[in-house]
Amino acid sequence: MGKHFFAALRRHLNTFLTLMLVGLLFLALRWANTRLDDFTLRILRTGAVYIVAAVSYNLINGITGQFSLGPNGFMALGGYVVALLMLPVPQKQFVWFLEPLIWPLNSFSFASTWYFFGLSLLLAGLMGAFGAFLVGIPSFRLRGDYLAIATFGFGEIIFVLANNLIPLTNGPLGMKGIPELASVYWCFGWAVIATLVVSNIANSSYGRAMKAVRDDEVAAEAMGVNVFQAKMLAFVVSGFFAGVAGGLLVPLITTISPTLFTFTMTFNLLIIIVLGGLGSITGSVITAFSFAIASEVLRAVESPMNIGPIHIPGIAGMRMVVFSALLVLLMIFYRRGIFGQFELSWDWIRSLLTKAAGEEVRKKWTRGKTSS
Amino acid sequence: MSLETFIQQLTNGVSLGSLYALIAIGYTMVYGILRLINFAHSDIFMVGAYFAFYLIAVFRLPWLLSAILAVALTACVGMTIDRVAYRPVRNAPRISALITAVGVSFFLENLGLVTVGARPKPFQRPELMAKVVRIGPAAISGVSIWVPILSIGLVIILLYVIYRTKLGMAMRSVATDIDTTRLMGVNVDTVISYTFAIGSALAAAGGIMWACKYPQINPLMGIYPGWKAFTAAVVGGIGNITGAMIGGFLIGLIEIMAVAMFPSLSGYRDGIIFGLLLVFLLVRPTGILGETLKEKV
Repeated sequence: MGKHFFAALRRHLNTFLTLMLVGLLFLALRWANTRLDDFTLRILRTGAVYIVAAVSYNLINGITGQFSLGPNGFMALGGYVVALLMLPVPQKQFVWFLEPLIWPLNSFSFASTWYFFGLSLLLAGLMGAFGAFLVGIPSFRLRGDYLAIATFGFGEIIFVLANNLIPLTNGPLGMKGIPELASVYWCFGWAVIATLVVSNIANSSYGRAMKAVRDDEVAAEAMGVNVFQAKMLAFVVSGFFAGVAGGLLVPLITTISPTLFTFTMTFNLLIIIVLGGLGSITGSVITAFSFAIASEVLRAVESPMNIGPIHIPGIAGMRMVVFSALLVLLMIFYRRGIFGQFELSWDWIRSLLTKAAGEEVRKKWTRGKTSS
Repeated sequence: MSLETFIQQLTNGVSLGSLYALIAIGYTMVYGILRLINFAHSDIFMVGAYFAFYLIAVFRLPWLLSAILAVALTACVGMTIDRVAYRPVRNAPRISALITAVGVSFFLENLGLVTVGARPKPFQRPELMAKVVRIGPAAISGVSIWVPILSIGLVIILLYVIYRTKLGMAMRSVATDIDTTRLMGVNVDTVISYTFAIGSALAAAGGIMWACKYPQINPLMGIYPGWKAFTAAVVGGIGNITGAMIGGFLIGLIEIMAVAMFPSLSGYRDGIIFGLLLVFLLVRPTGILGETLKEKV
């Protein structure tokens, strides 16, 4: 048995290492969940949700090279699905006081059971994927930048519907009192799933087709890549995880309203993937997580400051001015972002280690030679 | 619907449509030449309205002079944006240029929010525009009459520039084939700069007239008119100036008439336009007048 086990280990070393890392992450989360305060945990969970959203956004923008402005729309779809399914029935009657919620949603709730929460997250993802499919059909038949326009239009349509379909969404008032179900395990669990799925797609033959489409659409088509299919696959997967991210965000902050998913959400994600490097999943994960922490820290920038005798009044909204200027400067001077298209992988770490070890052996050997 | 409300809504739709047409021309010119969706165009529209506002309210200049100065200043802003932000990414992958455009757009909006504040400002309109005119049974505001007339005047000047001057010839040439035009000894960068200037000037004129029509301005006022104008450019056939005009009038009329005929839909008026955009992309992506763009390999 031992022999077989080690043979399998050698063959699937990367998978084993990944599983071990996931196990370590689980232990770290258990520790965090008991030791850290609510505020810190909240930031960590938001960071994980940002990872889900950013990694999936990078699949369509960075890896496939198709400019989408859609994630806010897909996240809104997922968010409303989860909110409608998880809101307890008495709370539903309380929230829809102008017009009643439509049947059958008004008569049941998935309540707070974890497996139903998982199911509603899946439904949220499917809703996002379906939305992406709908927008993809008209956009991908055309060459050029129509996706940007169509996705923006789609986001606005969702916004208008959320504001006006009061019997379904409660309009601008939105919903509150959604049970806070998105624990660290759910958030980080989905972050791991999204990262693994997207990086496995990126390294598969489908992923190579997507990268070929990004680099040169005409050449890719001439080589036999089904361009429409490659774009559509990337976009639907991206829509799925955006829906999940929206579905995680809502039970994290326990409220939902149309203004939660405006274009600013997409803009933040765009900053994240550009800064991390378009096409680098590693970059998206690290920047997304840092972004969630940094935007808490950067709140200090907007509050009034006293540096010795100098008083600087706080300017609300300065953060977004800095971010948008940063985006333009990045595009002009540092287009590759922090990580370029680099990916952190086990093979890379191993090659680094063997190189270091090789260096060591070589040194020892040459030293031995010269001394003798 | 009675005849007089119909006439009122019709003039309302035509004046709104002519504003969309003015903005749409700016989108379509830049797209025709650079294949770039200039997301910042809608914010240049806002900048134009604010220039006029400050020239009138703070510098106390006469209305017409402020409007002309505001248009000129906005044209300079448009050229500066092209020089500073778009020219460095001109040879980069197309997605970089689009991201830059989104960044510039967000920068202008948020800079506006920080500097002039989010609170809407009352825009002072001239007597001529505020006055109500009676035509037959219908009472029509001066804006609804003057805005289409001024817009059409501006478009005639534009068409003259494009089809009867050397600059216009250069612009059409750059739109057809940028590399060959460069080989013919045309300074392509200057031509593109002028294109941005003209587009921005038209957007500023649109912004000022918009402020006369809806006399309250705020830093985010450009977003919806901008996107609807872009829809108009797509519906008319992007890259085609006549198409942009037809699209603009069409979108303006549809928006006003849909709400006038079905008042219960008034909450959905923005959604209707974006839905139309998706339908057009599905059914006739080249627009009403557009020709199929050949991909250059």
